[in-house]
Amino acid sequence: MRHTIQALVENRFGVLARVASLFSARGYNIESLAVGETHDPTVSCMTIVVNAEDERILEQIKKQLNKLIDVIIVIDFTRREYVDRDLILTKILNNDRNKKAIEGLVKKFPIKIIEETKEDFLLEICSDRHQEDEILKQLKSLGIKELVRTGRIAIGK
Amino acid sequence: MKGAKILIESLIREGVEVIFGYPGGTVIPIFDCLYDAPIKFILTRHEQAAAHAADGYARSTGKVGVCLSTSGPGATNLITGIATAHMDSVPMIAITGQVKTSLIGNDAFQEADVTGVTRSISKYNYLVKDVKALAYTIKEAFYLASTGRPGPVVIDLPVDIQIQDADFNYPEKIEMRSYDPTYYGHPGQIKKALKLIYESKKPVVIAGGGIIISEAHNELLKFAEKTKIPVSATLMGLGGFPSTNDLFLGMPGMHGTVYANMAITESDLLISVGSRFDDRVTGRLDAFAPEAKIIHVDIDPTSISKNIKVDIPIVGDAKNVLGQLTEEIDESKLSDLGKWHKKIDGWKKKSPLAYDKHGSNKIKPQHVIEEICKQTEGKAIIVTEVGQNQMWASQFYKYDYPRQFLSSGGLGTMGYGFPAAIGAKIANPEKEVIVIAGDGSIQMNIQELATLSTYNLNVKIIILNNGYLGMVRQWQELFYDRRYAGTTLKNPDFVKVAEGYGIDGIRVEKISDVESSVKKILLAKKSIVADFRIEPEENVFPMVPAGEAINRMIGGMA
Repeated sequence: MRHTIQALVENRFGVLARVASLFSARGYNIESLAVGETHDPTVSCMTIVVNAEDERILEQIKKQLNKLIDVIIVIDFTRREYVDRDLILTKILNNDRNKKAIEGLVKKFPIKIIEETKEDFLLEICSDRHQEDEILKQLKSLGIKELVRTGRIAIGK
Repeated sequence: MKGAKILIESLIREGVEVIFGYPGGTVIPIFDCLYDAPIKFILTRHEQAAAHAADGYARSTGKVGVCLSTSGPGATNLITGIATAHMDSVPMIAITGQVKTSLIGNDAFQEADVTGVTRSISKYNYLVKDVKALAYTIKEAFYLASTGRPGPVVIDLPVDIQIQDADFNYPEKIEMRSYDPTYYGHPGQIKKALKLIYESKKPVVIAGGGIIISEAHNELLKFAEKTKIPVSATLMGLGGFPSTNDLFLGMPGMHGTVYANMAITESDLLISVGSRFDDRVTGRLDAFAPEAKIIHVDIDPTSISKNIKVDIPIVGDAKNVLGQLTEEIDESKLSDLGKWHKKIDGWKKKSPLAYDKHGSNKIKPQHVIEEICKQTEGKAIIVTEVGQNQMWASQFYKYDYPRQFLSSGGLGTMGYGFPAAIGAKIANPEKEVIVIAGDGSIQMNIQELATLSTYNLNVKIIILNNGYLGMVRQWQELFYDRRYAGTTLKNPDFVKVAEGYGIDGIRVEKISDVESSVKKILLAKKSIVADFRIEPEENVFPMVPAGEAINRMIGGMA
C-alpha cells in the first residue's frame, strides 16, 4: 500500500545520501522523494511516498528514519488529512484535434499552457494524484511526446 | 592550535587513554602529536586488528575504544572492525586520515570515500572540512558513540585540516534536537507489563547484550529473584546473569540449551530485555514461543516488533526499566511458578549440556573449555573467535560477570577474537585474558603475535585445532552429505609460528595432558600459544537447523 511520510531533517551535507542508503540497505521501495528547504533554512523537508506491504514494514520505515541521527521528526500522513501536490511538465503534439482537446481540458482541470509552438504544447499540471491520473489518462490518448514530474510534497491540514 | 593537536587535546578531554592504530601518509601530523601526548599508542600489524582491539577495549570496560588509520587502504582495512562493532552496539571512534580537501573526489593516491563506505555500518560519520568545526565534531562523535544504543562513529579527517590553525575551545556539552534517546520506560507501559507478569504461569526472561551495555546485571538479578522468573541469556548477554544461579537457563537458539529452547517454546510470557530477536535466537519465526505474550524492553525502537510482533513494547534503558519493574512489583500478585520450575528442572535433568567424554582417544574441545573454566574459577575474560570454538566457549565456560565474555555475535567476524583480546588485556592488565580460537580463525589476524611480543602482553591463546573450518564442516556433514568443500585446512606449525614471533608455544595431543597443560599455560606470566589437537569431527550440539523451530533440535535431546 502507498503511504506518504515526511521527514524534517537537518539541512546538512550528506543527509539525502543517508536516507537513500537506508531505503536501499533495508529493501524499502521509494515511489517518489522530494527534498527542499523549509521556512527555517537549517531544516529540510523530505516527502517520501513509499510502498509498504503491511503496517509492520511502514512502522519499521518510520522508526528507521527516526533513528537516523539527522532526522528531527517523522510525520506519517496515512491517517491524517493532508494536501499533496507534484508538478508535471509535458509536451503534446500540436495539431487541430489536440488543440481542441487541450482547450477543453484546460477549462476542466488545473492545466496551464506554458507555451504553444507550431510543433507542440508545453503544459504544466499541478494537482493531487487522483486528478493527475485522470488528466494523464486523457493526455495519453492525445499522444505524449515527453513528460517529466517532480516528487510529491505534502502538508497537513 | 593545529588541527592534529586539537584532535589529540579533544581525545584527552574525552578521557582517552589508549589508541590502537597504524600510521600512513595522511595521518603523519596526528602521529607527530601523539609522539609526546599522554595517550598510549598501540601499533597493531593490520588496521583490522586495531579496530577489533579498540572494540575489545570497549567491550571489556564500557569505555569508548579509539582506533586510527590512514586514508584509502588503511581506512578500508578498518571496515570489518567497524561493522563488527556496529552489529554488537560497541562504542567506538574510528579516526581515518583523508587526502587533502582540494583532492577529495579526484581519485587521489590512497583516496577512498570513507563516509560513503561506512554509512550503513556505523552509527554516524563525519567528513571534517573545516578545522573550526573539529573540536565540536569530536565532542559530538563521542556523545553519539556512547549514548542511546552505542555504536561506532567514524571521523574522516583530511590531512590539510590536520595542519590548519584554529582556536581550541572544547564544548562543555552537546545538544542535538534530532537525537534524544529514551532512557526510562513509560509508566503506563510498565503497568501493562506488570499485569502480564502477574498473570503469567510460565514466564521466561531473555537477557541480551543490552544488559551488559547498560550494566543492568544487578537489576536483572534482583528482578529475577523477586519474580522467580527463569532467565536465558543470549550470546551477547552471557555474563549478564550469573550462570551458577538456579534460575539460569543458558543460551537460547541455534546452539542454546535444550531447556532454554523448550522453556521459551512452552512459555506464556517472554520478557526480552536488550535483545533483538536475532534469527539465530528465534529459529523459525512462526514456531517461536507460539503461546507467549511478549514484553520487549529495548533502547532502540527499531528493534521492537522488527522480527517478532510485541504485545508490550517498552522503549528505555535496560537498567532503568528493570529497576522500574522491580520497584513496582507487588509480590503478593505474582502467580506461583512452582510447577513451571519443576517442569524446567525436568528438562535440565533430562537434557543437560553434555558431550561424549569417553568415546574417543582424542581431546574433546568441550573438555578443554571446562578445564580452563575450572582452573580460572570462572573469572577470566574469555575472548572468542567465530565458529565452533565460539559456541563451545559459550556453552562450557560458566560466566558470572558482565564484560567477561567477548565475542562477535551479530557480524560473526572470524579474526575478531585475538586482536580484541589484545584490547581487553590493555584495558585489564590485572585480569587473565584468554582467547579461544579455531585453527582457521586464528590465522585471520595471526600477525598480531608481533603486537603481543612488542608490548610484552600476557594473553593466552588456546587454539582448538581440528584441521577444519569446523562450523561449516559440521553443516556439510549434517546437511551436505559430508562433502567437505573448502573446509579442510593444511595448517602451519603453530608452535613454531609463535616461536618465530618470540612467543612460547606448546602442543597438546593427549587427553591425559589437558589438565596439566592448562595449569602450565595459566601459571606462565607471559603469552602462550597452545595448539590443542582436538577430535577433528566433533560437532556443536544441541543444534537447531537453520530456519527450523527452536524445539526441533539435533543432538543433546535425551
